[in-house]
Amino acid sequence: MATMRYTKDHEWIRLDGEVATVGITEHAQQQLGDIVYVELPELGRKVDKGGEAAVVESVKAASDVYAPASGEVVAVNQALDGTPGAVNEEAEGKGWFFRLKLANASELDALMTDEQYKDYLATLS
Amino acid sequence: MTQAPDITEPQAAEPQAAEPTTIAPEAAPSVAAPAEASAVAADDALPQAAPQSLRQTPLHALHVTRGGRMVPFAGYDMPVQYAGGIIAEHNHVRTQAGLFDVSHMGQAFLAGADHETVARALEELVPGDILGLAPGRQRYTQLLDENGGILDDLMVTRSADPAEDGVLMLVINAATKEADYAHLTARLPGNIKLIRAEHRGLVAVQGPMAVQVVGRHCPEAVPLHFMSAISTRFDGIDCHISRSGYTGEDGYEISCKATRLRAIVERLLSEPVVKLIGLGARDSLRLEAGLCLYGHDIDTTTSPVEAALTWSIGKRRREHGDFPGAERVQRELRDGAARLRVGIKPEGRAPAREGTAIKSADGRTIGKVTSGGFGPTVNGPISMGYVEHGFTAPGTPVALIVRDKKLAASVVALPFVPHRYARGA
Repeated sequence: MATMRYTKDHEWIRLDGEVATVGITEHAQQQLGDIVYVELPELGRKVDKGGEAAVVESVKAASDVYAPASGEVVAVNQALDGTPGAVNEEAEGKGWFFRLKLANASELDALMTDEQYKDYLATLS
Repeated sequence: MTQAPDITEPQAAEPQAAEPTTIAPEAAPSVAAPAEASAVAADDALPQAAPQSLRQTPLHALHVTRGGRMVPFAGYDMPVQYAGGIIAEHNHVRTQAGLFDVSHMGQAFLAGADHETVARALEELVPGDILGLAPGRQRYTQLLDENGGILDDLMVTRSADPAEDGVLMLVINAATKEADYAHLTARLPGNIKLIRAEHRGLVAVQGPMAVQVVGRHCPEAVPLHFMSAISTRFDGIDCHISRSGYTGEDGYEISCKATRLRAIVERLLSEPVVKLIGLGARDSLRLEAGLCLYGHDIDTTTSPVEAALTWSIGKRRREHGDFPGAERVQRELRDGAARLRVGIKPEGRAPAREGTAIKSADGRTIGKVTSGGFGPTVNGPISMGYVEHGFTAPGTPVALIVRDKKLAASVVALPFVPHRYARGA
């Protein structure tokens, strides 16, 4: 079964077997507003937990997206090149950013569960 | 995810119009704008309750009720967008009619014995032809410092009412209000009075359907041409309406007493084609229209010639050179400016924002982006900025350095989206 976790920087990461998919949360999408460009990492790039891995640009501003865990980029969502608005439509589905082959799956243990992330969002408002 | 600070500072606003006892102001062709605000994803970037020090316009409660996402801008708590989002708001203005609250801008009157007296006094501070302004006409100009740098850009309107001969209405940027008033007060002769119209509010109605909707409530506004203005009534409410704006579209700016502004706005919003538009779309609309935002595209380091605002310098003024910084302006007109504001079109999809370095094909830095982002009507990234003399011709290839990578781009003519002003015959 897939494991879904969240970061305080509003990324989500979903582990299916050895590969984890990463994106920004529904909350982040709402706050950013219309997304017009996503800069994705190169395939094969090694990213460190907490390191810059992608950039998402709304009409107003550019925001960094950090890797929720360390690993190697094994896939990127090419569809975002032509339709970055997919992130607004379905941030935690078809609006995914990239996939990582994790260096250490236990890094996810320190991230928030769905319930913990909801509680965290409640503290922000 | 964290947001890289972007457009945040509350630098400027834009110029529009103003009025005396009965008159009021309106909007500007090239000027001002919205900067905005926080995007949002990191907790500290989340919208927060406005600090008490932020000022509110007469429409603040309406913005909040209507779902406006409020952000600090030029000292005011202003809506950056409403529920539909910036792109939808932008497209609505291009196809129907959008309503903008621009009450944060400064409105004031200059009053003297007659038009010649007040016009000559203002001409001491600006390069525009104010003397030649006909009754009911409006002009865009700039307050210049002794070096020809731009202290602010503004709209100047001559009252259409013969009983108000000697009155000019000014609309200045919100962020520069206090400095502008101090500048004017210190330099205007004793026989010219500066009257701040802080009791007035200002809204803009912009888009191809603006003439129909405003005309239903104020038929006198229909025959106005671009950059003309009248004192009239909107459903019986005294106001001053000018045909101008900051979007490149046809439209109006309506000034009235702050206490009556909401009544006018409610009437406008009862029209199905009118929607409220926030600062975010105001910025993308003016960028596509090639209009300057004070504090970003123009400031005290830029002259009107460098800023490609030469069209706004009166012919007589150029010849006489009787305005602040005239030596520099005349030299730049004669010899060409060392740099010029131009449009820049990135080739891919990545936006090149304010501060981005512009390089020549051989890798030398030749300028800097002063405004940049995504143009919804263009459906792609657009920027404007300054490039050195020799690189200003449309079609010149340049490189933009975004996150340490070179993006191919070219110099293009402004505006990105053709203006659709009601210029008349």
